Amino acid sequence: MINKRLIQIIGALIVYIPTFFLSEGTPLQLSLYVISYLIAGGSVLLNAIRNMRPGSFFDESFLMSIATIGAFYIREYPEAIAVMLFYQIGEYFQDYAVNKSKRSITGLMELRADYANLKINGDIVKVEPEEVVVGSLIVVKAGERIPLDGVISEGTSFIDTSALTGEAIPAEVGIGSEILSGCVNLNGLLVVRTTNSYGESTVSRILELVENASGKKSSQEKFITRFARYYTPIVVIIGVMLATIPPFVLGLGTFDTWLYRALAFLVVSCPCALVVSIPLSFFAGIGAASKEGILVKGGSYLEALAKVDTVIFDKTGTLTKGVFEVENIVTFNDVERDELLEMAAYSESHSSHPISDSLKRAYGAEIIDKRIGDVQEIPGLGIIAYVDGRKVVIGNRKLMDQEALSIDISNDEVLGTVVHIGIDGIYGGYITIADEIKTDTLATIKELRKLGVTKIVMLTGDSNKAAMKVAAELGIDEYYGELMPGDKLDKLEDILNGEGKGKVIFVGDGINDAPVLARADIGIAMGGLGRDAAIEAADVVIMQDEPIKVVTAIKLGRRIVGIATANIVMALGIKGIVLVLSALGYASLWMAVFADVGVTVLAVFNSLRALKRKG
Amino acid sequence: MKKTYRLENLGCANCSAKMEHKISKLKGIEEVTVNFFTGKLLLVVGDNIYADDQLEKEIEKIIKKIEPHVRLKEL
Repeated sequence: MINKRLIQIIGALIVYIPTFFLSEGTPLQLSLYVISYLIAGGSVLLNAIRNMRPGSFFDESFLMSIATIGAFYIREYPEAIAVMLFYQIGEYFQDYAVNKSKRSITGLMELRADYANLKINGDIVKVEPEEVVVGSLIVVKAGERIPLDGVISEGTSFIDTSALTGEAIPAEVGIGSEILSGCVNLNGLLVVRTTNSYGESTVSRILELVENASGKKSSQEKFITRFARYYTPIVVIIGVMLATIPPFVLGLGTFDTWLYRALAFLVVSCPCALVVSIPLSFFAGIGAASKEGILVKGGSYLEALAKVDTVIFDKTGTLTKGVFEVENIVTFNDVERDELLEMAAYSESHSSHPISDSLKRAYGAEIIDKRIGDVQEIPGLGIIAYVDGRKVVIGNRKLMDQEALSIDISNDEVLGTVVHIGIDGIYGGYITIADEIKTDTLATIKELRKLGVTKIVMLTGDSNKAAMKVAAELGIDEYYGELMPGDKLDKLEDILNGEGKGKVIFVGDGINDAPVLARADIGIAMGGLGRDAAIEAADVVIMQDEPIKVVTAIKLGRRIVGIATANIVMALGIKGIVLVLSALGYASLWMAVFADVGVTVLAVFNSLRALKRKG
Repeated sequence: MKKTYRLENLGCANCSAKMEHKISKLKGIEEVTVNFFTGKLLLVVGDNIYADDQLEKEIEKIIKKIEPHVRLKEL
C-alpha cells in the first residue's frame, strides 16, 4: 500500500517536471498536466466516485476531487496537481507514522511464542500454544520462549524475564518453580506442567490489556472527534457561500477569483491533522509506556497522570521490599553480638514466622538440630527453648517481664519490630527487624516532589511505629498505620474529597487493595503480574517492582499531553490563519495545501516523538 | 455484554471516528470505541437487546455507508 502510493507520487512528479520547460498553454503541456494529475489523484477520484451517495458530501476524497477539478476549471493546473500530490505525500507519511507506532506496540507481541512442544506418551509434538490443555506437560528447550504459564517438573535453568519485568539479571529456576509465559529459557532443558490455558496466560493478558488500551479515551481525543464532526461541514458551507455570494449577490469581482478562494476552503476543510495525530499521540504514548514495563489501560489515564498532585503509597511491598531483614542487634550484660544472634536463630529455628526466617538469614550458618533441646512456644509472647543446654527466652517485652528479666530501655527508644532475648536468666539484648526500603524509593519521593506532587501519603496495616520510622526515613509528611484493608478505602475517600484539585494516584502491590486501586483516579498495581484481581482493578500496571516507574509514568503522561496540546494549537492556528487569508484573497492554493497536508505531516511527526524514551 | 470486533481495511481516522459516533447511537449501546490504529471495535451492549446477529447487521450497515470496503469480523 505504501509502495503503491510512492509510485504514484514519483510517477506524477516525473510527468510534471517537464512542464516547466514547455511554453505556456501548449496542448502538450496541458496533456502532461492531465496525465500527472491522474497519476497522482486518479485513485482519489475513483474513491470519491465509488463512495458517492447522499451524505458523502463531506468525505475527504470527494472534497479533494471537487477542489482539484475546480482548480482545473479556473486553469490553475499546477495547483490542481500540487493539491493531489501533496495529499498523497501526506497520506504516505501518515501511513508511515501509523505503522511505526503500531510496530512499537506490537513489539510487545514478540512475547508470544509461536508454538509449544507438547509431550504426549513420550513423544514431543509441536502444537499451537492455544491447543495445550491445562495440566499438560510441555518441553521448553534452551533459547525458546516459554509459551504458557506453568510449574517446572523436570530440569533447572536460567530464564530471562526481562520482557515481562525489565529485570536484566536472569532468574535461576528449578523443579517446583513457577514460570511465566513470555520469559525466555536461556540454557537448560525444562519440562513444565502448564497451569493456565493460553487465553488465561500472562502473555495473552498483557497483550489484551495493551491492545484494548484505547478503551478509555482522553478528553483531548474526545474533543477532537466531536470537533471534526462540525468543522468540515462548517468550512465547506462557508466555502460554498464564498464562491457564490460575493460575485453573484454582491456583484464583487469575478466568479473565478472567488472560486479560487473557496477551493482553498475545501482543501483546508479536512480535519485529518487532528483526527489522526491526537489519538496517535496517545496510542504512541501507550506504546512507549509499555516499552518501559508500564501498561496503561487508556489515553484518559495518561492524561490523568499529567495532572497528578497527590500520590498515595501502600507501604509493604510497594515502598518496602515486603521482606523482613535483621536491622539492628543491641547487646546487654556482656553478651556478644554473634552469640545473641546465634541463640535467637537457634531458638526460633522451628518457627515458620517470617521473623524467624530473617533471623536465620542473618545468622547465615547452618542450624544443627541436635543442639536444640526442648522448645516451648508461648502464643502471643514468644518462645522458650534450650540451646546447648542453655535456656533462651525470646519474644516480646511481656515475656521478658514474665520471666523476670529486667530491661533497662523504655519502649519508645526502639522503632520497628523488636525481639528481646534472655539467656540463662540474664537479659541479653534485642534484635530489631525491619522491612527494608527499596533502593529506588527515596529517589522516587524526591523526584515526585520535583515534579510538583504536593501531597505524598503512606498507608499501611503495620504498626504506627513502623509506619513512622519509614515515613521519617523517606521524608513522607503524611502517614497512617494500623489500617485494616477497609480503612485504606476510607482514607482514600477522605483524600479524594479533600481540597486538592489534581488527580490522586494510589500505588499498591495488588494484594488486598483491589478496591482502593479501583477507586483512586489512577490505581497503579506494582509487580502485579500473576495477580488477576490487581490487573483487573488497576488502571496502570507496572511490571517491575520499582516505585521509580511511577515517576516515569507521570513524566510520560505530561509529555504526551504536551505533544497533543501542541498539535491542537498548531493545527487549528495554521488552519485558522490560512482560512482567513484565503477568504481575503491573500493565500494561494499552495498555502491551503500546506495548511492541510503540511500540518498533518508535522502533527504526525510530532506525535511520533511520543515513542521516543526521553527528551 | 462486552464484544470485540476487527475492522479489516480501515482506511481513515476520521471515518473510524464517524463509525464510532454512529454506532454509539444504536439502541442499547453503553460504550463503544473504534481504535483506528489496531483496527479494533470494542463495545458494551445491554443483554437481550439484539437477537442473533442483528447487532452485527446494524453495525455493518453503518460501516458500509462510511467505508464500503471495510469488513467486520467478530473476535
